[in-house]
Amino acid sequence: MKNLRILAPLSIGAATCLLLQSCSKPPSAANQSANTPQGKLVLTGSSTVAPLASEIGKRYEAEHPGVRVDVQTGGSSRGIADARQRVADIGMVSRSLKGTEKDLQAFTIAKDGISVIINSDNPVKSLNARQIVDIYTDKINNWKQVGGLDAPITVVNKAEGRSTLELFSEHFKLKTEDIKPDVVIGDNEQGIKTVAGNPNAVGYVSIGSGEYAATHQTPIKLLPVAGVAASITNVSNGTFPISRPLNLVTNKSPTGLTKDFIDFARSQQAQDVVKEQYFVPVSQ
Amino acid sequence: MALLAAAIVLLIILFLVWETLPILQSIGLARFFNDSSWHPTSEEFNLLPMLWGTLLVTVGAVLIATPLGIASAIFCHYYAPRAIANLYRRLVELLAGIPSVVYGFWGLVVLVPIIGRIRPPGASLLAGILILTLMILPTITLVADASLTSVPPEYLRGCAAMGLGRWATVHGVVLPAASSGLLTGVILGTGRAIGETMAVLMVCGNVVQTPKNVFEPVRTLTANIALEMAYATGHHRAALFVSGLVLMVIVFVLVIAAELLNRGRIYV
Amino acid sequence: MSKNSPTPGQEDELQLTSTLKRAVTRSLPLWISSLQPAELLPTVILWAVATVVTGALLWLLSDVFWHGTGQISWEFLTTSPSNAGRDGGIAPIVVSTSLIVGVCMAVSVPLGLGTAVLLAEFASNSSGLGQLVRLSLDVLAGVPSIVFGLFGNAFFCKTLGLGFSILSGGLTLACMVLPILIRSTQEGFRAVPEDYRRCAAALGISRTAILWELLLPAAMPGVTVGLLLGLGRALSETAALIFTSGYVDRMPESLFDSGRALSIHIYDLAMNVSGGEPHAYATALVLVGFLVLINGTTSWLAERFRQSKIFVL
Repeated sequence: MKNLRILAPLSIGAATCLLLQSCSKPPSAANQSANTPQGKLVLTGSSTVAPLASEIGKRYEAEHPGVRVDVQTGGSSRGIADARQRVADIGMVSRSLKGTEKDLQAFTIAKDGISVIINSDNPVKSLNARQIVDIYTDKINNWKQVGGLDAPITVVNKAEGRSTLELFSEHFKLKTEDIKPDVVIGDNEQGIKTVAGNPNAVGYVSIGSGEYAATHQTPIKLLPVAGVAASITNVSNGTFPISRPLNLVTNKSPTGLTKDFIDFARSQQAQDVVKEQYFVPVSQ
Repeated sequence: MALLAAAIVLLIILFLVWETLPILQSIGLARFFNDSSWHPTSEEFNLLPMLWGTLLVTVGAVLIATPLGIASAIFCHYYAPRAIANLYRRLVELLAGIPSVVYGFWGLVVLVPIIGRIRPPGASLLAGILILTLMILPTITLVADASLTSVPPEYLRGCAAMGLGRWATVHGVVLPAASSGLLTGVILGTGRAIGETMAVLMVCGNVVQTPKNVFEPVRTLTANIALEMAYATGHHRAALFVSGLVLMVIVFVLVIAAELLNRGRIYV
Repeated sequence: MSKNSPTPGQEDELQLTSTLKRAVTRSLPLWISSLQPAELLPTVILWAVATVVTGALLWLLSDVFWHGTGQISWEFLTTSPSNAGRDGGIAPIVVSTSLIVGVCMAVSVPLGLGTAVLLAEFASNSSGLGQLVRLSLDVLAGVPSIVFGLFGNAFFCKTLGLGFSILSGGLTLACMVLPILIRSTQEGFRAVPEDYRRCAAALGISRTAILWELLLPAAMPGVTVGLLLGLGRALSETAALIFTSGYVDRMPESLFDSGRALSIHIYDLAMNVSGGEPHAYATALVLVGFLVLINGTTSWLAERFRQSKIFVL
């Protein structure tokens, strides 16, 4: 009995070691055969794109049984770096490529708008561009100055370098150094939770998540930008002014499996997946 | 084998230095403390406010969690009836394994709005301290509990023979006898508090500033890395690794300070 | 608890925990002392602290329970996630998590126990080696999880060529867990009375036997805490795993496959997927259940081990 107690953990340990050793090497990256796609495709990058790419990947796998699509996150800059060094077959980037990144090729699979949100207890109906700029630069710091209640404004901003911040500040011609935030956030959901929990907060988030939250009992509302209501429909028809592309990037012109997957992601077959993830399909 | 830990630390430091080398060579270390603010996309790299943020949040949490944790352990051992003590222990063990995301999420949805009602914006140094306190409490409590378990029973019998009361026993005999274990618990807890990322990121507000009171938002060095790493490129990315390196230096200094403070005092 | 123990005295020495409590509770002049202000005040304070802590912890747990219970079903536990985790279940994620934690523990427990034994029994505490290792362990305990993640990605995934895999994740976690494991185990060994070692040495018992039959069982409280805290840390880690074990929510086929851990799933659903909140809570609840199971088993096994050994004497 006693021996068994000693032997059991030991044998489990030994078995684990054997298991570890007998495991084969990971399958080599992409098998570049054009006709019957086979092999493994690795995507890394933006956490915003990852759930979408993951779902598209699952559908692709279902149609091509020999293929495995592995989606990893780590941020847009990782997507760029990995695609460039060919560590990953495809990078995911939630912004358009910068001037220094023109060595890569980008393929837009969806779009995403950015809207200003406030708590639904806040009586303010809309803010014009001037007011938003003044709020974000702390020239206006009480809701009463823009027709609301007498309460200090909590300015919610995104962290430096994030593409939503870049787009937002570019659209309102703000310099990031001039923005005086009260709270700085990372992900969209964090922004939504922050605004939902604070009746005097103002922030900006991705329209898809904003619209979902607003229609599912989260106490926030989306403000129109330049008179255009913030909705997925308006991003889709091009009338909403602030939007960003969600891109897949590759090092060279894609071939074989990589090309097939990118084409699939941009085709009609993937459009409903894009909508299910609350992004805007690219009109073709 | 014993040197493995040292090897891992060395590897991590090498890795950080390797990643930060480009920026340290081109702009030097001094700018991380002299620049006017933190705007890495426009080449301004002042880390000082975040350094303060990290220190304040950690010190606050450790100051609250240490007495609570040790008191909890004492409670389990010498005051609570057996059943309650066991239940309490199970509960604390459970909390040691709750993901920081869950703590952060709870803080964001429950704690921050409550603090916000007292003094906006709510996401603040105070919220960070409270969440971290909860997170490191299990570590301190459990390690303290284990070290109380191993106080030799002779000591207790001696106390009983002398007619000492419970508190007199605990205060005068048990705590000094278990001090090494208690200190280990606090060190492990401090480590957890300094290194915590996700929960702090969600409740602290993350504004880069030196806070003037506990209701102001702060950003810690860890939150800085997690917040900006996703989109950082070039110098910005390297600057974030400098955050990591600076953090390691702080940990190093704290550990050495603890070591010096307690040299020769542990075995009373 | 064994009833046929040799003599009452011996039992007292060996059953540290229970004896200790019994000794205190029985022999202290309770009724007199609890009426004195110097004794009454700490009692009140300690009960108050325990109530406050329990309150805060139960608040958090009940929040998870409240939101999570409605979502849990057999189907949730046995199917794969779909629609980015909003629908479907978490079966592959539970499997990946078990594998990651398994790898982590398989690597860190022997290493950690070995190092602790070496430091506590074979190297003097003030020696250069002992100090160096203790210093590095304390530093290691303070390395932020995200730095572990980036480091793990660079070292295990790229330098060692393991890629995004359960193995990389488990190994990175092992690095994180080591300081907790070693330091608490070390405390456990330090607490074993010097007499035990002297007696055993006087009887001419070999060092391995002393270690396995006497010191390890006697140091078990510390070891158990190390294991519990280590397991907790491994199960709850997010930032380090995103960059190492990865994001893929497919059922893993080998340790070289990427697999998503429960904590990453919770993070992704709560922070990155609109409408993922209900399943985030449900996953958190599953994680709590998992913890209850693992913690219970670990404590029970450790206690069994301690009792089985120490009465052989």
